[in-house]
Amino acid sequence: MSGQPHLEDVEVGQELPELLKQPTTRQLAMYAGASGDFYEIHYDRDFALAQGLEGVILHGALKSAFLGQLVTDWMGPEGTLRELSVRYREMDVPGGTLTCKGEVTGKDAGAGIVICAIWIENGAGVKTTTGRAVVALPSR
Amino acid sequence: MPDPIITPAMREAVGRAGAPRTTAIERGAIARFAEAIGDPNHAYPDVAPPTFLRSLGGAVPDLPGAEALPRVLDGGSKWTYHVPVRPGDEITAVPTLEALAEREGRLGTMLIATYATDYTNQHGELVATQRSTAIRMGPAS
Repeated sequence: MSGQPHLEDVEVGQELPELLKQPTTRQLAMYAGASGDFYEIHYDRDFALAQGLEGVILHGALKSAFLGQLVTDWMGPEGTLRELSVRYREMDVPGGTLTCKGEVTGKDAGAGIVICAIWIENGAGVKTTTGRAVVALPSR
Repeated sequence: MPDPIITPAMREAVGRAGAPRTTAIERGAIARFAEAIGDPNHAYPDVAPPTFLRSLGGAVPDLPGAEALPRVLDGGSKWTYHVPVRPGDEITAVPTLEALAEREGRLGTMLIATYATDYTNQHGELVATQRSTAIRMGPAS
């Protein structure tokens, strides 16, 4: 589906269009600057190794931002994001492709809202990040 | 097994709020944030992306003894949205330490700290609440 989704057209089980992200160390540096999160595990490899990590890792909040984009892209300008809930289950590293996915899991026509399961899969197909979004959609 | 990591001083900190911090929301800051997350949505920077308020930071309330648990991982966030955030807004963030828990994980004993941060605009409206989880662990062995 493309264009502005309306409540009447959305059904449980419908999938959100996938969003691909290819985060790089450059993006982690940009996100550190834009967000003010300068924790060194996100850009200093030596520091990350000393912490017992295998290298620098993505900011969890950057993954939340990716999932926010997945939902706002889908809901269109007339949709309203009411809730965005994200859990970081596995760490993600720069240099690969992350696939952001979502599926409508609930709809309350009276309240004008839909509920979506949202998640990120890494290159191995592992769900590293899971969450839920509540979106208000316009009626026709 | 190590001793419990939640100390009485830590427990006393539950329920405490950090000092309010007010930030003027600038178009440029929203544009930089949108660029950093790689989101070309045309709505930005006339309105802030959903997780933009992360960039406001905020004076997280002190957690006594936290220096013994220097490794920190972000466990996740739950955002509840009420009012859009736009350039020109003055947003005040107040983080509160809501809860502490202890768990055995793959990386050893973990302290799970839950914070709730309320964001209020210049009109006194609650624009959003972020409930976030910080996972703290002892030094790498």
